[in-house]
Amino acid sequence: MHDSSISLIELGAVFFGLGVLGRLAWRIGVSPIPLYLIGGLAFGAGGLVPLEGIEGFTAIASEIGVVLLLLLLGLEYSAAELVTGLKRSWLAGVVDIVLNALPGAAVALWLGWGPVGALAMAGVTYISSSGIVAKVLGDLGRLGNRETPVVLSILVFEDLAMAVYLPILTALLAGATLLGGLTAVGVALVAVTVVLVVALRFGRYVSVLVDSPEPEVFLLRVLGAALLVAGLASQLQVSAAVGAFLLGIAISGSTAENATKLLEPLRDLFAAMFFVVFGLNTDPSSIPPVLGFAIALAVVTTATKIGTGWFAASRQGISTLGRARAGAALVARGEFSIVIAGLAVSAGAVDKQLAALATAYVLLMAILGPVAARVVEPVTRVFMGKPRPATA
Amino acid sequence: MNVEVTPLPGIGTRHDFVSRTGRRIGVITHRDGHFDLVVSRQDDPDSCVASIPLTVEESAALANLLGAPNLVAQLRDQAPGVSTRQLPIAPNSPYDGRTLGDTALRTRTAVSVVAVVRAGTVHPSPQPDFALGGGDLLVTVGTADGLAKAAEVLERG
Repeated sequence: MHDSSISLIELGAVFFGLGVLGRLAWRIGVSPIPLYLIGGLAFGAGGLVPLEGIEGFTAIASEIGVVLLLLLLGLEYSAAELVTGLKRSWLAGVVDIVLNALPGAAVALWLGWGPVGALAMAGVTYISSSGIVAKVLGDLGRLGNRETPVVLSILVFEDLAMAVYLPILTALLAGATLLGGLTAVGVALVAVTVVLVVALRFGRYVSVLVDSPEPEVFLLRVLGAALLVAGLASQLQVSAAVGAFLLGIAISGSTAENATKLLEPLRDLFAAMFFVVFGLNTDPSSIPPVLGFAIALAVVTTATKIGTGWFAASRQGISTLGRARAGAALVARGEFSIVIAGLAVSAGAVDKQLAALATAYVLLMAILGPVAARVVEPVTRVFMGKPRPATA
Repeated sequence: MNVEVTPLPGIGTRHDFVSRTGRRIGVITHRDGHFDLVVSRQDDPDSCVASIPLTVEESAALANLLGAPNLVAQLRDQAPGVSTRQLPIAPNSPYDGRTLGDTALRTRTAVSVVAVVRAGTVHPSPQPDFALGGGDLLVTVGTADGLAKAAEVLERG
């Protein structure tokens, strides 16, 4: 009894603390993710209050957090949107991969983390945070802008790329051979294709399977289905997260909307736990040695993301200001960089410092992203020699 | 006029067109059913000077406000020889606070009130006990003479 009461007190303190941090984050207009990470660092080894006895809960909660992050990402998109997004933005998507994955891979190789470490760091620097980007675009009233569909279709491309990338990374982290790696690529590509086809043709049947007019029944079914699929995918070495993502894509229409509404608070809760656990497992003293690399990566990948957005927007005939806005909108990295780093670290196949570098990098980018999106317009106007007009 | 439809993955759909004055005007329909009214900047047509979130009721009100002249134009097209006008009830009108029946418009001027537009909502076919208020707009049908007389009645009593 005594143990469980201590655990409750500790959990309560963690959640309440996160609530305070989250409120602070939205007030100052940044994403709460970096603050959750800092919270985790503070509670970890050598932190203010070392937490003991809740590891069992926090470990499984953070796993569920990843599943829910990816499930809701899948629910955001319909298969048709993914296909049109892919057609429209494939070239920009390829430029995005090349420009933004290379710096991460290069730094990992420089630090001697080997090819698997390089692949993991490539993912960390490549993927923009669709959560932060969408929130910032909405907050700044840019949803009606012409360049916004360009930005969104790059995000769609990145998320699809994740569905292929994560299983490959999982396989390589598990120590697969070249053949094993190729099999994983094959399995991933087939799985993604099958799910897209099923979702395009038979999406409503999948939806019917989980749908229910009773919110309680619906919540249990959709969460149950997500965990089942995630678990099975993980058993097949395809990464639990991708299983959840693909299930999310297959669920469509009003079922997807209702599921999003029901699951959003749950995701926020468990995802916050995931960031805290990641912070907990990172030793704060391991950050200073890699801080220089994190700053260098932040500078370089801010420039490469702006370049990506600029290129994609210019292909759609958008003017200079719009190109700059599109680029700056993509700068934020967040939840998925940490998901990738978390996979890599928990597999134990990469250098421990990777977690420290990823944490420091995401801390910088989650703050830098929204700031870049805000200041890009006045800065570009100064460069163009045009003062901000007094009237609209 | 060319209304462009652009899907916004994960958000909804944008419908917009370029007005004669060169402004892009559009509506974003969000997944959850609410709307944004967007108007482009004059100096930078790619971006928006305003992006105004509207609830379902608010957008219905706005649509009604913009649709009222349309309604009148349709009436005019359908019945030649009959004119339509939108007559306002001024806040200091003698009928502010009284019912439509009190105006006795039909008996005095042979003009019919086919709708009342109030706060952006169209109330079609109002009954004689419909209470009028300052700021209401009466959509009326009648002869040119009748309509002129009706305007005077509503103003003076």
